[in-house]
Amino acid sequence: MTTAIEQSMNNEILLDEPLAPKRTRRQEFWSLLRKNRLAIWGLVTFIIFFFVALTGLFLTAGTNPIMDPSMVRLQEKLRPPMARPNMDTLKSVEIPALGIYLFGTDDLGRDVFARMLQGAWVSLTVGFVAVGISVLIGIFMGGIAGYFGERQFRIDHLIVAGLLIIGIGLVIANIYVWGNITFLAGLLWLFDLIVRRKRSNTRRGPTGAGLLQKNALSVDTLIMRFVDIMLCFPSFILILTVIAILPASIYNIMIVIGLTSWMGATRFVRAEFLSLREQDFVTAARALGVGNFRIIFRHMMPNAIAPVLVSATIGIATAILTEAGLSFLGFGVPPPHATWGNILSDGKGFIFDAPWLTFVPGFAILIVVLSFNLFGEGLRDALNPKLREGR
Amino acid sequence: MKPEVVGINSSNNTLLRVEGLKKYFPVHRGFLQRLAGRIKAVDGVDLEIELGSTLGLVGESGCGKSTVGRSILKLIEPDEGKIIYGGQDISGLSRHEMKPLRTEMQIIFQDPFGSLNPRMTIGTSIEEGLRARGVRDRAKRTKRVEELLEMVGMATGAADRYPHEFSGGQRQRIGIARALSVEPSLIVCDEPISALDVSIQAQIINLLNDLQAQLGLSYLFISHDLNVVGYLSDGVAVMYLGQIMEYAPAQELYENPLHPYTQALLSAAPRPEPNDRGQWATLSGDVPSPFNPPPGCKFQGRCPLVEDRCREAEIGFYEPGQGHKVRCWKF
Repeated sequence: MTTAIEQSMNNEILLDEPLAPKRTRRQEFWSLLRKNRLAIWGLVTFIIFFFVALTGLFLTAGTNPIMDPSMVRLQEKLRPPMARPNMDTLKSVEIPALGIYLFGTDDLGRDVFARMLQGAWVSLTVGFVAVGISVLIGIFMGGIAGYFGERQFRIDHLIVAGLLIIGIGLVIANIYVWGNITFLAGLLWLFDLIVRRKRSNTRRGPTGAGLLQKNALSVDTLIMRFVDIMLCFPSFILILTVIAILPASIYNIMIVIGLTSWMGATRFVRAEFLSLREQDFVTAARALGVGNFRIIFRHMMPNAIAPVLVSATIGIATAILTEAGLSFLGFGVPPPHATWGNILSDGKGFIFDAPWLTFVPGFAILIVVLSFNLFGEGLRDALNPKLREGR
Repeated sequence: MKPEVVGINSSNNTLLRVEGLKKYFPVHRGFLQRLAGRIKAVDGVDLEIELGSTLGLVGESGCGKSTVGRSILKLIEPDEGKIIYGGQDISGLSRHEMKPLRTEMQIIFQDPFGSLNPRMTIGTSIEEGLRARGVRDRAKRTKRVEELLEMVGMATGAADRYPHEFSGGQRQRIGIARALSVEPSLIVCDEPISALDVSIQAQIINLLNDLQAQLGLSYLFISHDLNVVGYLSDGVAVMYLGQIMEYAPAQELYENPLHPYTQALLSAAPRPEPNDRGQWATLSGDVPSPFNPPPGCKFQGRCPLVEDRCREAEIGFYEPGQGHKVRCWKF
């Protein structure tokens, strides 16, 4: 067998292995991202759009804006892009700020360029906030379902949850006495469960409680069936229902679109987690005593996020278009305010007479989505350590 | 000889003692996912590891070796039996109560590619143990990571690199460094060398030996490579279908194997002399399914010496020699 001298020689050899000077991680990230031309173009385009939207917000806001997107000039309707306004028929306030209809006018003679500027901010924020909400919920639910999926709810857990919900429901329905009694009963039982769980590791309750302690359904079943239920509803109808209850404002729409589109991300994350959970590095983290939360978000999530990022870039387009559909039905952003979506849907009645009404917002959406998509892909690659060259 | 049903070893210097460990995995079948039966992965295992010693655990694939190893660390919740670590029964402890003991026992894995997080630098991976232990000071952690890397024979510059930049043997060293980060007393080596080249195997074995001498570690060395186990271990336990068939000090087991299964295993192990055909018969047949193991002796279906009584009752241990235990009537 190997002697101690040979052993130490082995170690020497390993220690002598050359290691190139190391750049910091940020430097490496940038150098990798810079190599990806398309991703950089995506990022630049996106930044430009962002600033255009921001300036548009200032140019079109207020009582007497520099460019008025809601100025109606019926005599100038459906003028093509780059048309000069007819100075004879316009009052001085009605003359567009640029002296030219850059993107033409719509069926009411409103300046499409001004409307695009006004809509840019709404559309961009709707896209990003809605997708942000849906991705956050999706990651959270998928992470829970994938990691804690095998944990079981017992029948008594379900009864407690039922009592609490029924209690709150009764209180909301103004049946205070019964509502409070039910709610308190649920609360007491919950307290009892927590105390008993802390006191002993044995799962034995008082005699006769065996039936209540039976496992009823797993966390995974609960979450994934809920996902299935949400997917069963046509999401547009679901959004309409919620919007009908809530007042129509941009923020409500963002939240509602986010709340009805998280299911895809949940399924992606869950699927990745199911395979990651069995990998040795997760077992090693558990053996080291790393907390559940840290395992989920630090160890597993970075390995599970790639498909979610890709679907999120597509989700942004969907969110912008969903907002457009809502605006079209009158449930979206209230009418005088322009969004890319409602310019698009207003214009589709004139698609043969005035194609610019659909093409201008359509191209804008396309470019935003495409640039974000390219950037997202570049980002994904730059964050993947396997593609980094460090030697 | 009087049958003597006892645990495997007893001395005062015990670090870990496992008594009657059982793990049955439920199998659900059909539309309603009804319980169809249980896979008896581990069916009553008794082990004992002394401080600073190595216990080899050998057996063929699927016999429950790894399940034993992971149950000891409570990475798998055992169904029955006691796991006594340093005098404390840890088999019933909750995750929270286990936390202080996480620094006592660690595990090294078989697959050097799956055992490191591909999105984490080596340094961060090793640091996780220190973090979990509550070492807040960043400089201290970095310094300790460098120490650990040096201890396993890696360059300290490796800390900033990602797992894919290393070879299998290097990754295995990193895995060892990670296990050592919490200064454990016991390391479960779950086939740590079976995925490596022979030359690298030797390096890792020597590293494990050196670390044991330096740090006074105890190992539970799980493997199917009899030669390696023989070289590394003080005692060897042979496992078959969830039960331990024979236990003996390493040298004794190799020179004087008693159980027919051990004999068959040893005759199947490669020997340096090509003309030595071995003195024991090879086995025929397959391992019976742990889903539905035969009553009586688990080995009855393949045993060349099988008798009627083997098919009737469970067999306890017989101790024909000092510290040599066999689960067979013959002795």
